[in-house]
This record gives sequence, structure tokens and C-alpha cells, in this order.
Amino acid sequence: MEILFFYLVALVAVVSGFLVIRCQSPVNSALGLVNTFFCLAIFYVMLHAPFMAAIQVMVYAGAIMVLILFVIMLLNLGTEARKSYLHGIVWSGLASLAVLFNVIYFIKRGRVTGAEGDITDFTVQSVGHVELIGKTMFTEFLLPFEIASILLLVAIVGAVVLAKKEV
Amino acid sequence: MTPEMLSLSNSPGLFVGIMLLKLLVVFSVTMLIVAYATWCERKVIGHMQTRLGPMRTGWHGLLQPIADGLKLFFKEDIIPTEATRVPFLLAPMMILVPALITVAVIPFGPDLKLGGFLIPQQITDLNVGVLYILAFAGLGIYGIVLAGWSSNSKYSLLGGVRASAQMISYELSAGLTIIAVFMLSETLSLREIVALQQQDLWGVCSFVPNWYVFTQPLAFGLFVITGLAEINRTPFDMPEAESELVSGFCTEYSSMKYALFFMAEYANMIVIAAITATLFLGGWSAPFNIAILTMIPGFVWLLLKIFALMFFFMWLRATFPRVRYDQLMRMGWKVLLPLALANVVITGLVVVILQ
Repeated sequence: MEILFFYLVALVAVVSGFLVIRCQSPVNSALGLVNTFFCLAIFYVMLHAPFMAAIQVMVYAGAIMVLILFVIMLLNLGTEARKSYLHGIVWSGLASLAVLFNVIYFIKRGRVTGAEGDITDFTVQSVGHVELIGKTMFTEFLLPFEIASILLLVAIVGAVVLAKKEV
Repeated sequence: MTPEMLSLSNSPGLFVGIMLLKLLVVFSVTMLIVAYATWCERKVIGHMQTRLGPMRTGWHGLLQPIADGLKLFFKEDIIPTEATRVPFLLAPMMILVPALITVAVIPFGPDLKLGGFLIPQQITDLNVGVLYILAFAGLGIYGIVLAGWSSNSKYSLLGGVRASAQMISYELSAGLTIIAVFMLSETLSLREIVALQQQDLWGVCSFVPNWYVFTQPLAFGLFVITGLAEINRTPFDMPEAESELVSGFCTEYSSMKYALFFMAEYANMIVIAAITATLFLGGWSAPFNIAILTMIPGFVWLLLKIFALMFFFMWLRATFPRVRYDQLMRMGWKVLLPLALANVVITGLVVVILQ
């Protein structure tokens, strides 16, 4: 049952991913991307990570894609960017093939040892998914978290400087 | 034997049956409220402006929503030739569905005991309930933006662009105000948030329940304002703004598609009222710990709170003029966002001090 559902969602994800690059109108591409993000959120739910799913929909589908749509609509990008760039297709195709082989290699390389880590299904059930993520993020991974926040602050200041004529 | 929570694993048949029943009841109640909210709004605003509102169809116009529905149903469905077809057809559905999906996590009563099982009076209790609501509130933007863009009309496009900018700005403040609530509750599940609000007020006054509106009055006010802006109600109905944009994003729509936009507006209103009631006004719990009040079933209290908030929204519509677009943006970024941030910081400090 679950595997059938997985295949269904995977099919939708792949088809909408394909539409992102094949649609002629940029708005339709953006919609395809939203759909892909939503399918990824469903995968997170199926992997028992509801927090990740909610954040995925909230941040990517709900905020970032709306901004992208906003820009597309504001600039009113038409379908004129339809010239084919052969060298672009060739190089990007080669690059994606290399990445695909890389991923397959990494998946096939290891063997499942069966060793159990600290966080099992039982701990997730009893402590809670959000609590576990929060605890690790603010203790073990505090430094990366703070670095990311400083990075975002720099980006905000940069955006303000770029947008404002007289600072 | 202590009763077990009914789930798919311990009694699949009963679980599916009860789930379908709950879905049916919640959906039909929501749609009924949607239909009669339109009548209510016209009556309320009518009386506030010393008019009568609808009077002709049925007793005091009670059949007006049905007449309106029939009229819209039989109208010609026009798709402009220059419109982009697929997004144009999808947009009305994409605005209604997120609104209706959100109702799934609203609890409407205590657990029921039935044949050795506990049945929660809620369609599903997610342990990320609050985030789920925020996520789907974010998806609601697409309907408006797409409707605006795909109609291929400048009024619609302006409405869509306004909607996306407005909702992005106010979503941020709405999220931050909710953070202050679950800093107190320490859980994201709406069921547990309601349960926590049934305790004594600040642990001392056993007569008044611990509703978060008493502990977080600022967050309550901010959430109502940002909620109104999120669902494009007056005074924040810039995407529609009939005095300048004809009818904004739904200018080119007709027939049932237009009706869907209309239904979505009221469905969104119900959702925002239900979330406000659940997060700040104790959800389905009674306002005072008196036996006679707590005996009234939970869904009555929840519906009463929803109706009170919806009446408040209608009152606002009859009272306030529409804000200008630059005022709207200034208020969102320079007033509401700093207030919401300050509220989070102060709540954090107080929680740490009291521990």
C-alpha cells in the first residue's frame, strides 16, 4: 500500500520536475517547481519527519516560490527566451549524468550493517520529533546554526544596500 | 481496562468509519457556515448602515444564499480568449482547498469513549499542528496570484501582485506571533494547546481558565490583524479593492468559479476565527469553570467563539476604510513585525525568569 503511494507521488514529482524545465512560460515552470516541493514534503511525511515536511511547504512552497512568482509577474517575463543553446544543453546534460552516477555509486557502495544509533523509532515516538531536532540544533549544532544566521544577516544588509539609492 | 486511543492498527474498520463520519460532519458544517456567513454579513452590514439587507427571499432573506448559489450556478461560464487556460481553471480550486484542509486539525471537543476506545473529536491530531496551519496558509496565496496572472487583464494582475506582496509580509508577523504562544505551551499540537488552556489562570485563579489571551494579549491582537491581512478582509482587501481595481484578481471570473472565490473568502474567515479561538480563546473549553457551563458540549463553545470572531470581522468591515497600499506595507514591516519580534523576546525572558 505504502509503496504504491510512494510510486504515485514519485511519478508526480518526476513529471512536475520535468515540466519545470520544459514549460515555455516561466509561471508554469514555477508552478511545476511548487508541485515538486510539495511531493518532497509528502516524502518527508512518509519518512516520519512531519516537521521537515511542514517547514518544506512553509519555506519553499509558501515563501520562496511566491517571491519567485512575484518577480516573474512583476517583470512580466514572456516566452521570448526560447532560443536553444546547444552547448548549454550538452554541458548541463553531462554534468547531471555525472551527478547521477555519483549518487548511484554512493548508494550501491555501502552495506547495511544493522547497527542501531541513539535515535530509534521509540525515542522519536516518546520524546517527539520537533523536540529532538530542537535539542540537537541548539546544543550539538549551535555553531553552524549561528554561522547560518550571520550569513542571513549579511544577506539582508546587502539587499538593503543594493536596493537603497542613498544609504 | 483503560480505554485505548482509536487508531488504524487496533480497529481498522471502526477507525475508517468514524474518520469518514467526522470528515463529512466537519465539511458540511463548514460549508453551511460559509453559505450563511454571506447572508449574515449582508444583514449585519446592512443594519449597521441603517439598511435592511436582503429581505425578499424567504423570512428576512434567509433563502438568499440558496438563491445566489443557484443564480451563479446557472450563469454562463466565461473563459477569456487571452487567458492562460490551465492556471485560470486551477486558481479557484487552489484558493478553496488550502482553506478547507486547515480545518482538519481544529479540535472541537474532549475525547469520546466508545466501546473501549477513545475517539478524539478532531479529524487528526498532528504533533506539528500549528506549523501545518502556517504551511497551508502559505499555499493559499497561489490561488490569488494565479488568478491574477492568468486572467491576462491589468486589474487582475495588479490584484495578484498586491496579494503576493501583502501575504508574504503578513505571514511573517503571523508566524512570529504564534511562536510566542507555543513558547508558553511547549507543544505544537493543537489538542494539547487546548488542554493546557483549561488549567487554572496562571496556576492561581481556579475560576478563570488559563486562556492565552490573558497571558499574550499583544500576540492576540497582532494575530487578529495579521490574520485579517492574510485572508484579504477589509480593511486589508487591497487585492480586490473594487474602487480602484474593478474587482481585483477575480475580475475576469464568472459563474461557479467566481462563487468558489467567494466561498474561499468565507472559508478563510472561518479558519482564521477557528485558529484564533483555539490558540488564544481556549478552543472548545467553557469560559468559566462552572458546572453548568462545562456541561455544554465543546463544539457549541467553539462555534460560539467562531461566530463571535466572525461578527467582529464583519463589524470591522462596516467600520474601517480600506488602508492605502503604502500604509499597508509600512504597517506590516515597521509596526507589526517589530512588535511581534519584541513579543517573542519578552515572552522568552519571562519564561526563563519564571523557571
